[in-house]
Amino acid sequence: MNRLLVSPSPHIHTRTSTRSLMLDVVIALLPSVIVSILYYGWSAVEILASSVVFCVLLEYLITKYLLKRPCTVGDLSAVVTGIILALNLPPAAPWWVAMIGAVVAIGVAKMTFGGLGQNVFNPAITGRVFLLISFPAIMTTWDGAKGFIGGIDAVSGPTPLGIVKEGLMQGQTIDQIFAANDFSYFQMLFVNIGGSAGEISALAVIAGFIYMLARKVIRPYITLSILVTVAVFSGIFWLIDPSQYTDPLFNLLTGGVLLGSVFMATDYVTSPMSDKGGIIFGVGIGVITMLIRYFGAYPEGMSFAILIMNSTVPLINKFCKQKKYGRA
Amino acid sequence: MKKTFSIGGVHPDDKKISAGCAIEVLPTPKKVYISMAQHLGGPAKATVAAGDKVKTGQVIGEPTGFISAFVHSSVTGTVKSVGLRKDLAGIPVIHVEIDVEDDEWMDGIDTTDTIVREIPQDTKFILDRIRNNGVVGLGGATFPTNVKLCPPPDKKADILILNGAECEPYLTSDYRIMLEKSEQIVIGAALMKHVLGVERVVIGIEENKPEAIAKMKEAVASLAAGTAGYSGIEVMTLKKKYPQGGEKQLIDAVTHRQVKSMGLPIDVGVVVQNVATSLAVYEAVQKNKPLIDNTITVTGECFPKQSNLLVRVGTPLSYIVDWLGGIPETAAKAVSGGPMMGKAIANMDAATLKGTSSILFLTEEQTKRKPETNCIRCGKCAEACPMGLEPFLLNKLAKNRMYDELEENAVQDCIECGCCLYSCPANIPLLDIIRIAKGDVIRIIRSRTAPKK
Repeated sequence: MNRLLVSPSPHIHTRTSTRSLMLDVVIALLPSVIVSILYYGWSAVEILASSVVFCVLLEYLITKYLLKRPCTVGDLSAVVTGIILALNLPPAAPWWVAMIGAVVAIGVAKMTFGGLGQNVFNPAITGRVFLLISFPAIMTTWDGAKGFIGGIDAVSGPTPLGIVKEGLMQGQTIDQIFAANDFSYFQMLFVNIGGSAGEISALAVIAGFIYMLARKVIRPYITLSILVTVAVFSGIFWLIDPSQYTDPLFNLLTGGVLLGSVFMATDYVTSPMSDKGGIIFGVGIGVITMLIRYFGAYPEGMSFAILIMNSTVPLINKFCKQKKYGRA
Repeated sequence: MKKTFSIGGVHPDDKKISAGCAIEVLPTPKKVYISMAQHLGGPAKATVAAGDKVKTGQVIGEPTGFISAFVHSSVTGTVKSVGLRKDLAGIPVIHVEIDVEDDEWMDGIDTTDTIVREIPQDTKFILDRIRNNGVVGLGGATFPTNVKLCPPPDKKADILILNGAECEPYLTSDYRIMLEKSEQIVIGAALMKHVLGVERVVIGIEENKPEAIAKMKEAVASLAAGTAGYSGIEVMTLKKKYPQGGEKQLIDAVTHRQVKSMGLPIDVGVVVQNVATSLAVYEAVQKNKPLIDNTITVTGECFPKQSNLLVRVGTPLSYIVDWLGGIPETAAKAVSGGPMMGKAIANMDAATLKGTSSILFLTEEQTKRKPETNCIRCGKCAEACPMGLEPFLLNKLAKNRMYDELEENAVQDCIECGCCLYSCPANIPLLDIIRIAKGDVIRIIRSRTAPKK
């Protein structure tokens, strides 16, 4: 006689697991990783490797020796955090910057709250913002990296957003700045002019977005509502005064808007559960990003916007419930 | 655009590996054990005692209340004992044990294959036959069919839905009867349509069963052309999505009406009956045959012989399985019903019931629960819930015993379809916990609304 298991229904389970979802995110990040390595060469490899290694190692050490719990690195969420953190750093940054970023991301933002699923703020962005505030010089220097592709000049100079902010402060108009720096949208779509590793190619990020949608890892509402908000907000200002405000396409293709809206705002843990909540969350991120870009001291506001909106998620979850069956 | 329900749902592989197996008649076993609790409501009271001779189709149990049903002997033979015996979950229930002899049917039962198409006009005659022949709903709940067909006088149905969705993976018994007994099913539908006085009958079938859809359409067309009483019956193709066959989901899919929380389908003018129930209604009314046999799918990748069997009620499960070659070595779990909502079988010596639809064998790899990890707040459970609930939240509230909040968040609306647990990437046993909380909250609601003594 066989011994048969007895347990409540359901008796089958989907093949999707936390690990498989995280693996899909890693795959979706690969185009951006490849572009940044091709474009920034060994320095991108170094920053990627150190960021991922430190994130995973730290989570392992914390679960094993501090929390004395089963090790959770197998779920690959630390790998995702490591890659996203690296894509947010200037490739020329030294390895110890990535290490400090990992300590803040994994050690402070993630594990002190109880590990995956418990954190309020996105770990990678928390790490990046900490670095941006602590090491402003390193975090805004784009010199010194040599790419693998011939024909592309060694990268130098600030990001397009930084150039625009600088130019406007000196009293130039947008047209003058664009002409002086030879900006082209074609370049931004494929390989940008300066920027952190993950910001340089819009197309690579979009490829990752499409992959995650196709694999049903994320739903499109958060990302799309951020992009639409950025486009509409900047569109209104640009129509009012094109000499002082950058146009919508420029705002969508530069800086961290794409990377942030696809990979960071969509983080399960720190974004709302419902689609309706996701749209509110996305609109909030879009508005705050553009307010910082147009009126703030920093040229870029995506990270701050996501962190600020992260803190509103519990409230959004409370008020945005999905429609229930048979209840008006 | 094919129709489906509007909220949630999941898409497990349908694995209808026994779909090609025609229904075979299982030889009658040497002994049957007929349970007195085969239906929702009060268990029947045994009317026979040890030593009594019974014929096939003879009443051996009487209803014990409004919501209860007759039970008939499925075989001819001698009653050996009337007493407690374990059901498939291991719970002791009154069974009538009968030593089987040569089949001799009760007088008045038409055992021929002739199809009787004419609809009797007397609705009381139809209802009496349904009640006296012990017909209960075969879609899972085994609610007495005659009660469901007699809505309270202040409520009126305007549509009858026949549930041919069979949305559970693996199950093929409804599919097979729709192929092999399509005309009888449509006649059963016309009988219920006449009783309810509705103009419209919709037979809902999922798109993964095109042959059944074609067969049922053919049966509807030929009956509508030849005989009176068959107008207004249609076959509707539904998208494949679990739990399409859930009563509330099917009503939403077909009519776009939604039953209110704690309400009944009749509140929105709908009565839903399973296709197998419709077949039982046909046999009860047109042939005067009690519900003493039903079609059971025996399946599973690890099971060597896929089958759809016509089985007498009360046949021991072990007899069926042994007849097909025994439990395979690799089987880790046996399930009565589908893999999403079926019950794990704890006792293979238990006997089949009127509502038994399948015996499914799953391997350890297919069925073993994986260790629970942290909730990653992905919201996949809420996306999957066909009732629009938030299982992740209910799970948390239940663990903290927050009953007011559980009620506010509609835990009592849970239909226990299993979509949340199925889709959770962190393997959190959501439904296990929600199911218990739901029971507690419903008890609280009842105690509040019950008249004070």
